[in-house]
Amino acid sequence: MATLPDLAPALPEIFLACASMALLMIGVFRGDGSLRLVSWLTVASFIVTGFLLLQGPEGRAVTFNGLFVADSFGTFAKLLILIASSLAVILSVNYLEKERVARFEYPVLIALATLGMLAMVSANDLISLYVGLELQSLALYVIASFKRDVAKSTEAGLKYFVLGALSSGLLLYGASLVYGFAGTTSFDKLATVLAGAEGAPSVGVVIGMVFVAAGLAFKISAVPFHMWTPDVYEGAPTSVTAFFAVAPKVAAITLFIRVLVGPFGDLAVQWQQVIQFCAAASMIIGALGAIQQKNIKRLMAYSSIGHIGYALVGLSAGSVEGVRGVLIYMAIYLAMNVGVFAIILSMRQSGRAVEEIADLGGLSKTHPMLAFAMAVFMWSLAGVPPAAGFWGKWAVFLPAIQAGLYPLAIVGVIASGISCFYYLRVIKAMYFDDVTEPLDRPTPTAGFVVAGAALFVFPVYIFFLSPITSGAAAAAAALFGAR
Amino acid sequence: MSDPMSNPLLVQYLPILVFLAIATVVAGAMIAASLVVGKQKPDAEKLSAYECGFEAFEDARSKFDVRFYLVSILFIIFDLEVAFLFPWAIALGDIGMFGFWSMMVFLGILTIGFIYEWKKGALEWE
Repeated sequence: MATLPDLAPALPEIFLACASMALLMIGVFRGDGSLRLVSWLTVASFIVTGFLLLQGPEGRAVTFNGLFVADSFGTFAKLLILIASSLAVILSVNYLEKERVARFEYPVLIALATLGMLAMVSANDLISLYVGLELQSLALYVIASFKRDVAKSTEAGLKYFVLGALSSGLLLYGASLVYGFAGTTSFDKLATVLAGAEGAPSVGVVIGMVFVAAGLAFKISAVPFHMWTPDVYEGAPTSVTAFFAVAPKVAAITLFIRVLVGPFGDLAVQWQQVIQFCAAASMIIGALGAIQQKNIKRLMAYSSIGHIGYALVGLSAGSVEGVRGVLIYMAIYLAMNVGVFAIILSMRQSGRAVEEIADLGGLSKTHPMLAFAMAVFMWSLAGVPPAAGFWGKWAVFLPAIQAGLYPLAIVGVIASGISCFYYLRVIKAMYFDDVTEPLDRPTPTAGFVVAGAALFVFPVYIFFLSPITSGAAAAAAALFGAR
Repeated sequence: MSDPMSNPLLVQYLPILVFLAIATVVAGAMIAASLVVGKQKPDAEKLSAYECGFEAFEDARSKFDVRFYLVSILFIIFDLEVAFLFPWAIALGDIGMFGFWSMMVFLGILTIGFIYEWKKGALEWE
């Protein structure tokens, strides 16, 4: 007779699962007018989930027959995900109402996607990894096509679905190869098996691991698996793009780190080559692809590809400091992207949403504070000191140099230099171009988020740098300590 | 690795191989017997392919009412639920309280989905 498993480590996820189903019921019984109520309740349940997360058991706890792990690495990532999801919901409400797609399913789907992300970050087995990943992806496919009578949005949803399904297939194929050659799907057992293997690792396991890595690289849109990103970012409703650019990225890259460092830690020599290639290619494509873009959402898509490249530089070092760097990078990336997308969501000319860079022309004259905040974000995204983005890049490049990855660091610095061009082009449009048509006043909520994010990016982050760094260091140490 | 029977992992799969052979023989015997014993009186309707009420060979992009699709999707969820309930009911004695409550959680989630689709009007034809 199987006894009931210990539910305490998974309490935040269980709460969020119950809350999202309760929210669905509240929404369906109150009708479509309940978007505001359901949205705020969703944010409240994210906050409660975060509180339960902080109250969770100390150290590393494994439950559900080893399928689920709660540790400080997961907690750090989950807090970032919950912050990103809460801000995405807060920013979405006004946008959805103005675009006439105010349906209560939206926050519920975000809650379900967030639940999937929390589950995948806590995965301790290839099977639970897949279940979490799919729960996240299925919800994301639906919200990508949330404007269901707009061709661009449905196209974005379909593209995301087809390519996402392909990547899930790659991942499953890799997982089956790993299971076939190593005999287990559990991360802990895989680590033991691979550490105990004599001589060169089996080719089957290596190929399986590369397939799993390719599937996950799709989810973080690392080159060469990035093709879907610009189209999906452009086609999806802007509030959805704001969500896509942050929370799923944080979740997927933490999962990526957990898989590579945990079960495949002893194959580091093999996966480091793959990650180094992906990092270099992502940085280059992210920098070069964005130069041509006129649409700010496409620009941000290439920007996010480039930023994933920088984050992977930290991972390719394969050290505790490298993983710490990636976590710091993602925390700063979150603040910058939420701020930029809060501004993009406020881009309206007499009530109509616009998304060309040219529409920002002369923003410094019509909305000086908004233009200044955008300039701060652009400086930070470009990685110019003293903005927060510079310290993120510092945190990932230093371990890479310590690990002797000089070519990668040089590519990164060159790509950074190129990317300055298009970030500065946005600033140039705002400060030196003429006003074509002034933008509407941003809503107070968007204003608060923009102001908060801008102040965080510079200069308030200085006070947060030490807690973020120590949190990331503890998280990275927990991941490496568990091996 | 020269003799596959010396590998204990492969020996475990031997029953599947035996089963595959039996299945092939039985299926082949049935087709052969019906060819030999049965009376063959073909006509145009009998020889045409049956495809769930649709023409078997035509443009795949023909329009049909999206409600068929909705009904079949909603049906398949509950169809799979029943397929899942059978092995659960048989193994309940072995899987204990954990197994029992796992299924209760699963049914609870399905019920939430059912209430949602009912309230949304997905089950009404008009």
